[in-house]
Order: sequence, then structure tokens, then C-alpha cells
Amino acid sequence: VYVRRTQFTIFFRIQNHCLKTKSKMATKSTGDIEKTKSIEMKKKLNVLIVDDDPLNLKIHERIIKTIGGISQMAKNGEEAVIIHRDGRASFDLILMDKEMPERDGVSTTKKLREMKVTSMIVGVTSLADREEERRAFMEAGLNHCLAKPLTKEKILPLINHLMDA
Amino acid sequence: MDALVAQLQMQFRDYTISLYQQGFLDDQFTELKKLQDDASPDFVAEVLSLFFEDCVKLIGNMARALDQKGTVDFNQVGASVHQLKGSSSSVGAKRVKGLCVSFKEFCEAKNYEGCVRCLQQVDIEYKTLQTKLQDMFNLEKQIIEAGGRVPQVDIN
Repeated sequence: VYVRRTQFTIFFRIQNHCLKTKSKMATKSTGDIEKTKSIEMKKKLNVLIVDDDPLNLKIHERIIKTIGGISQMAKNGEEAVIIHRDGRASFDLILMDKEMPERDGVSTTKKLREMKVTSMIVGVTSLADREEERRAFMEAGLNHCLAKPLTKEKILPLINHLMDA
Repeated sequence: MDALVAQLQMQFRDYTISLYQQGFLDDQFTELKKLQDDASPDFVAEVLSLFFEDCVKLIGNMARALDQKGTVDFNQVGASVHQLKGSSSSVGAKRVKGLCVSFKEFCEAKNYEGCVRCLQQVDIEYKTLQTKLQDMFNLEKQIIEAGGRVPQVDIN
């Protein structure tokens, strides 16, 4: 049964939440009859947290949860690379610690960009890091850099930027 | 019962404010409290538990490294101090963090006596903080058991 109807899609920018609503409209016409399908997708912000410190992992995971996102964790850079190896990983945001065993943040960021990972990668540095260290981290392929300790207030502007993109 | 709750709440407020005023805690602890809610009521306690585990492990590493008198690897000591500074910064343990700053400077200067003094101070300081926070959590527990809610404390 084909039903003619009118459908409106309204986009809201929501602060402090990471719920994305996308509507796709596909219209087929058969003579004078139109069939309109509307597919709505709801997507929570999907974050990969890469850090060797269980304390930071716990705090960052909680921050992401309170702003409505979901997170997966990698204990070091090598784990982060393995997660992306099959090409199916799709994160909106990667929080990348700089100092890690096995593979550090600079090396991991370079490797992920070589693997054509297009996620926003935000480096998490220590205030004690020298300017040239921070610059090298940015040049590895970061989108942004934030100093520890992370807070909701530091991350939210980046999330809003992602929502706008 | 209401009078008891009100008294406990006032005690809790005053005690919490004193922890900030005496420099035990800073704004980062406030940020941690904001992340706690009814769905995750033990978040702060769990984070602090991880922090104090870190303290034990890292101070142990520093002590062992400094025990090698004559062949102390100050880089190794400094690495543990750096980690402890990071952890203390993440939970708002202001005094511990401050001591780590001085400690790191002594490591960089390869000042053995300075490092040993800092190690002793850091050990005392984290244990003092642990006791104070335990007292704060005990007050929270008493408030809840008396049928009250733990008040939000505005430290500004």
C-alpha cells in the first residue's frame, strides 16, 4: 500500500549530549504515486581512549559517558593500531595519551594516519611536556592537543565542533 | 533525626572546605565529584582507590631506586615521580602534586639527599590525604544512614 504523506525533518544542535540524528530520505516515484521512505539513524559519539594509566582510563571513560558518548579503551598505542587493523573500526574521536609503553602517542598517531584513519585525534599531554614535544605530537597528525588533567569543559568544545562538522 | 542530619551535613561541609583551604585538594577534585551521580555513586571512591594504589607502587619504585646508593638511576626515580605527579594532578591531590614538582627538580639535579627527603614527605603526605578522605567518606556515610543527602559543597 503506498501512502502519500508529508514528512518534516528537524535538526537540533544539542549541547552536552552526543546524540546525533540523521535522516535520509529516499523517494521513488512510480507514475503519479510517490513512495517515500525515511530512514532515521541515531548515533552516539563513539570514542577510543588510548592510555596506559588505569586511573586516566577510568576518568576519561566517565567524562565521555556523562556527555552521552560511548567509549572503547586501548592500554597502549599498539592496541589502538590492532583495533584499526581490519579497517572496520569507526571512531568519531580518539583521545591519545602521549607517553605509553609498546607504542607511544606520536608513533601511534602517525601509524593511524598512514592507515587512512580519519577520526578526530586529540592528543593528551602533560604540562611538563616541552613545546617541541607538543609540536612533534601535533605534526604526527593530531587535530587538537589538550593538557592533562582532562575535564568535561575541555572536551565539550571539541565535541560540539564534531557535531557541527 | 532532621537535627542530626543537619548537624552532620554542616560538619561535612566544613570539613570538605577545610581540605581545600589547607591545600590538600584542588579544583580537579571538584571536577571528579561532578562526574559522580546516582548511576555511579562510588566513582570518586573508585578513582581514589586507584590513585592510592599508584602511590604505593610508585613510592615503592622510588624507594628501591634510591636504595642503590652510589649507583642511583635518577632518571628511573624521575620517571616514577612524573607518573605520581600525573596521578595526583588527575585526582586533585594538590600537596602531593606540589611535592612531586620539587622531587622532580632534585632528580634532575641528581641531589640524593633532596630526593630522599622528598620521598619521605610524599609518603607522609599521601597517607595523610588518605586518612582525611576516609574521614570525609565516613561523614558521607553517616549522613546517608541518618536519612539525609550529601550536600554539594561550594568551595568558592
